[in-house]
Amino acid sequence: MKVCDIVKQLELKVFSGALGVDKEITGGYSSDLLSDVMGNAEEGQVWITLQTHKNIMAVASLKEVAAIILVKNLQPEDDVKSISNDEKIPVLGTTLDAFTLAGKIYAMLNE
Amino acid sequence: MLFKYEVEGGNFSKAGFASSEIKKILKQINIDAKIIKRIVVALYEGEVNVVAHATRGTVLADIDDKQIYIRIEDEGPGINDINLAMKEGYSTASEKVREMGFGAGMGLPNIKRNTDWLNLTSNVGEGTVLEMKTFF
Repeated sequence: MKVCDIVKQLELKVFSGALGVDKEITGGYSSDLLSDVMGNAEEGQVWITLQTHKNIMAVASLKEVAAIILVKNLQPEDDVKSISNDEKIPVLGTTLDAFTLAGKIYAMLNE
Repeated sequence: MLFKYEVEGGNFSKAGFASSEIKKILKQINIDAKIIKRIVVALYEGEVNVVAHATRGTVLADIDDKQIYIRIEDEGPGINDINLAMKEGYSTASEKVREMGFGAGMGLPNIKRNTDWLNLTSNVGEGTVLEMKTFF
């Protein structure tokens, strides 16, 4: 499953990094603690979070996650978008909360 | 090869710069991707510690064919009890830092897990020196 598949099926908003939507998803990680993500997320996972500041891009880029998904209609801060575009790591958005979103993606990945 | 980067205390928007640069260099010299990940996780946490706690700091990285040696030196409050600081979940970070998703007391344990050798020394009121090595 690719990033663009979950964008389509879950009607996610693409804030930035659209050039990275063809990346394959290996799994997901849901956390708002950046050190937890640094320590435990794996390459190719989608990262579900409510953090919207620039540092999420540093973490996403160093860990090479497939995409970041912001929950509950949260918007990324302005400086997030340019890094997301440069790194080709999509920043996506949903109206859902983290629990519901994670459940849906989990089901899709395990179909 | 020797590389040096400055880290500004309090400036979270620049945290991760040294890690990102080191990652590029290690990729260029074909270091194994898994080892690169370990190194950048440890270095990023080290940078964040300087940004979150200190006034200023420098990152020095020395790369040869066998290992990377990183020394992060800062001017700042120092660490009162290093054993406590190394404990998972212990943090002295401010409320503002915690709201950003940092300061969960996971930084130093993450660094320890992702390096092959670690040395932490500190003088209270002066600053902290974190040295780490990862073998290729």
